[in-house]
Parts: sequence; structure tokens; C-alpha cells
Amino acid sequence: MLAYTIRRLLMLIPVLIGMSLLVFSIIHLIPGDPAKTILGEKASPEVLENMREELGLNDPLLIQYKNYMLGLVQGDLGTSIRTKVPIAKEMKPYLAGTMELTFFAMAFALFIGVNAGILAAWKQNSWFDYMAMLIALIGVSMPVFWLGLMEQWVFAQNLHWLPSIGRSSIINPVHPISHFYIIDTILVGDFGGLLEVLKHLILPSIALGTIPMAIIARMTRSSMLEVMRSDYIRTAKAKGVKEFFLVYKHALKNAFIPILTVVGLQTGLLLGGAVLTETIFAWPGIGKYLYDAISIRDYPVIQSGILIIAFIFVMINLIVDLLYSAIDPRIRYR
Amino acid sequence: MSQIQHQTVINQMKMKERVDSPWMDMWRRLRKQKLAMIGGFIILFFILLAFSAPLLTSYSYKAVELPSRFLPPFSEGHFLGTDDLGRDLFTRIIYGAQISLRVGFLAVIGSVIIGTFLGLLAGYYGKWVDMLISRIFDIMLAFPSILLAIAIVTILGRSLTNALIAIAIVNIPTYGRLVRSKVLTLKEEEFIIAAKAVGMKDSRIIYNHLLPNSMTPIIVQGTLGIATAIIETAALGFLGLGAEPPIPEWGTMLADSKDYIQLAPWTVIFPGVSIMLVVLGFNLFGDGLRDALDPKMKL
Repeated sequence: MLAYTIRRLLMLIPVLIGMSLLVFSIIHLIPGDPAKTILGEKASPEVLENMREELGLNDPLLIQYKNYMLGLVQGDLGTSIRTKVPIAKEMKPYLAGTMELTFFAMAFALFIGVNAGILAAWKQNSWFDYMAMLIALIGVSMPVFWLGLMEQWVFAQNLHWLPSIGRSSIINPVHPISHFYIIDTILVGDFGGLLEVLKHLILPSIALGTIPMAIIARMTRSSMLEVMRSDYIRTAKAKGVKEFFLVYKHALKNAFIPILTVVGLQTGLLLGGAVLTETIFAWPGIGKYLYDAISIRDYPVIQSGILIIAFIFVMINLIVDLLYSAIDPRIRYR
Repeated sequence: MSQIQHQTVINQMKMKERVDSPWMDMWRRLRKQKLAMIGGFIILFFILLAFSAPLLTSYSYKAVELPSRFLPPFSEGHFLGTDDLGRDLFTRIIYGAQISLRVGFLAVIGSVIIGTFLGLLAGYYGKWVDMLISRIFDIMLAFPSILLAIAIVTILGRSLTNALIAIAIVNIPTYGRLVRSKVLTLKEEEFIIAAKAVGMKDSRIIYNHLLPNSMTPIIVQGTLGIATAIIETAALGFLGLGAEPPIPEWGTMLADSKDYIQLAPWTVIFPGVSIMLVVLGFNLFGDGLRDALDPKMKL
């Protein structure tokens, strides 16, 4: 296990370097003068020169990359052009926002997806099976941004059941400690606030979690169907194990490995989808931060936003791979 | 075995020989997949809509007509109603179908060509070629695809063409990896070893033997890939990184009309339903193709 972990970590190095190179080149690949692209055609030569200096564009390319990497290693993500605040500092609350949202979206996707998949496999060819798979098919094809808009329209604007934007109510804002609002409200014992935070989480989590939910449901169903046909399940059945335990205890254990892989792959989709979901729900997360930066061409923020999301994605995949090999030792000897 | 039975078996074999072209075989198996056929019909429906757009409507997709803004569906002359600038929604949807389908197809063709080429090289030559290409794929796959597309469009600037290019680039590793792994298994097959043994040129082995034998997974993945490409185009359009107004790209239309959802929900509902249906069509058809062509890959 240790050897595998080390090998897996070493494989990460070229990927991380490549990622940094790619993100670094964003500003250099802009056709023409990046300073002009940021400030517009009408900017005076001095202002343009200042901007170039600020972005370090006057140094030779190699020195620029070296400085960029040195900064990154020390946790320096550059400075936002708009707010003049170091991005690493500015990003923290947004990062927490995105993590809270993706966590809940994944929890929703896993809970509904796995259970629907199990039930569909258990009662194969029943009306529940057909309905669940139909919904899963539609779910896979659902554009996240449209689902979000529809949810807002139905549940917030028409039915007034749930809030449509933001992370907490404006009247009773959460006092940020860790920037994870669930934790923050619990820490100060503000349970009214906690309820508000949870209410704000529902619509965006469902929007973001629908596609992974659908994929997980389909994967769980097919994986369960395969396991349910195996000899050990028949033996257990013959020995009189109750059907509920047969399905949820004996079969699920083995069916879970392929499900876990899908979950790992889905986090990428989730992080990408976060950009869209956060934009629609005005959710103060990295995605929204990135979106706002794109519209005003704040390139350092765009670069760092993309880098951080990709970094999280790579880390999650690493964790999933390690978990995967811990559950199924055969993986290590590939 | 009796004489008659024997004769029937021979007849059956003869019949089979006659119709056993791979395309016919595929079609026969595909026809049995009900969901795939539904998907095929949805795709066909939208292709027909897209091609006959000028025949189906007399409106222009960009003609602003403020007096008739926000007309609800089934208004006179406006089957699906009008949008915030009084443009006929049905017209914009069917011209949008042209755009989505075209971008979807072209983006996938682009990524398939480049991905297949790189995958063949990596799989066949191995060693440092494989190292290099596979690492590039790893790096590209380290970014959630929509994010990488955003990065590319930020570099190239906003336009529908650039969105297409971005989506094509982003999806290259999907096909590259698929072809590479297929080539790796094919390389061990006897017919390739034999071809090498008789001194066949690399280029001929690659194009005459490896390429045709890797086509099945590419066709399946490509069909599903069109669905992804269409969603990604719409997502970029929605974020203001795709088609520029007044181009009736569905995602851009959603972004334009989302502020009027309370006043004129149909301007948001119809473009969204269109995206979903087309994507569903390609997903169903792709799933069916996979089951028909490649039973091992069955989900």
C-alpha cells in the first residue's frame, strides 16, 4: 500500500507541473497585448506600462515562470487586478462556499443515486425500476444551468418555499469563523441561522447533484445486478438471509467498488458544474468568483481560480484512487 | 440429423452470409433497442427541423419587433411566443438547432480526428511517444472539461467558433485514450504481429489494420460525445463565452431571457427543453449503439 501511494504521488508531479504551465500560459497566449486586453483600447501608454509591470510581463518568459512557481509554492496566487487584494486571501471564503455546496450536492447524489439504483436492481423490471431509469436518463441529459433556473422559478419565485440566491439570509447574516456556514452557525449556537443556511443549500445542491445522481443510479443498478447473480449471494439466500440484509449488506459491499470510481470521476463534473450553478444561484464560491473575473478580464483571478479548482479535482482523484486500492487490493498490482 | 434439418441449417447459413455486412449487422442489432430508436427519432426530428428552418418559418431570427414582445405561446403567428425583443421564439429555436447540431458534430469530428491520431501514435510506438502523449492527456484531464474550455475561450476571445475550438480541444484526450488502449490490445493480436513479420510498413499497419479495428468504440463514444459537446456549447453560451447575440444559440438565449423568467417563462422553458431533448436523443442513441456494437461495455 505504501509503495502504491508513493508511486501514485510521484505520478502527480508531472501533472501538477503541466497544470501550472497551462495556467501560466493563459495570459501569454492572449493574442496581442494582454495589458490592452485588460484595460481596453483607450488606455494611455503609461497606464498600460504600469499594468505590464504589475503583471511582470516585462521580464523574460523563463524568469516570469520561475517567479510564478516560486509564488505558487509559497501559497502566493497573485493579486486581483480589480480589488488589489492577494487572491489567496480573497479566495478562502469562496473556497469554503464551493466545498460546502459540492459536498451537499455529492451527498444528495450519493444518497438518492445509490438507493434508487439498489431498489431498481432489487425490483428489476418493476414499475419502480422503469421510472427510476427513465428519470436517470433524463437527469443525465439535463443542462445544469437550465435545471437551476427552473428550480428557482418554481420553488422560489412561484411557491416561495425556498430562497433562490445566496448562502444565508441577508437580514440575519452568518458571522464567518471557518467560512463553512453550517459549522459557523453551530459553533455560535445559532440554530435559526443553521436552518436558513440549510434552506439556501437545497436548490443549488439538487441542481448540481442531479447529473451525478443519475449516473450513480445507473451504475449502482448495473453493478448490483451483476453481483446479485453471483454464487455467494445465492448461497446466502439459500441459507435464509433476510432479503434486506442480502441486498444492503452482502451485495452492496461488492457492488460499491465500481460506484466509487464513478463518484471520483463525477467530482470533476461537479466542480465544473459549480461554475454554472454558483452563477445562477449567486452563490459566493470559486465558480462565481471566476465568472465575475471573466467578465471584467481579471486575468490573475481567472488563472488562480482555474488552477485551484483543477488542484482540488486532482487531489480528490488521488484520494479516490487510494481508497479504491485500499478496498480492492487487486488494483495495486496492475 | 435428418436430411431436412440439415438442409435448413445450410439454407440459414447461406442467408446469413448474404446479409452479414457489418453495417447491416449493426443496424439489425440496433433496431432491437427500443430506446436507441427513440433517440434516433429525436435526433432525426431535430436534424429535419434544422435543415428545413427557412421553409418552416417566414420570420428572421434577429428581426426585432418591439410591439409584439413577450407574446405567449400559441399567439397568432407565433407558435411558441416571442422573446423580450419581439423575436419569434420558434424561429430562434429551429435556427438554434442548426447551430447546436453543427457545433456538436464539428467539435466531435475535430476531437476524434486529433484524438485518434495521437492515440494511434501513442499506442503503436509506445516508449517516449506514449509517455509524452499520455502525460499531455493526463494534464488535460486534470481540469474539469468545462473549466478547460473556459480557459481556452478566455485566451481566444468570445465567439461561437472559439467555443467550438475549445470544446474540440477539451475532448481530445477522451478519444485519444480510448484509441490508445484499443491499439495496445490489438498490438498483441496475431494479425498485427504477422503484418509486422512480413515487413509491412508502420503507416500501412496503422491505417489499414489498427484504425479500422479501433473504429467501434470511437463511433460509440463519438455519438455520446455529441451530447456532451452540445451541452458544453450551451454552457459556454450561458456564461457569455459562446455565441454572441443575436445568434440564436440555445445557451445564449437562456442567458438573455433568464431575467424575464417570471414575466415570460416560455422564453426560458423552450430553449432549455430543446437542449435537453437533443442531448437525450444522442445519449439514448449512443447507449443503444454501445449495447449493439460492444456488449462488453454495457452499463
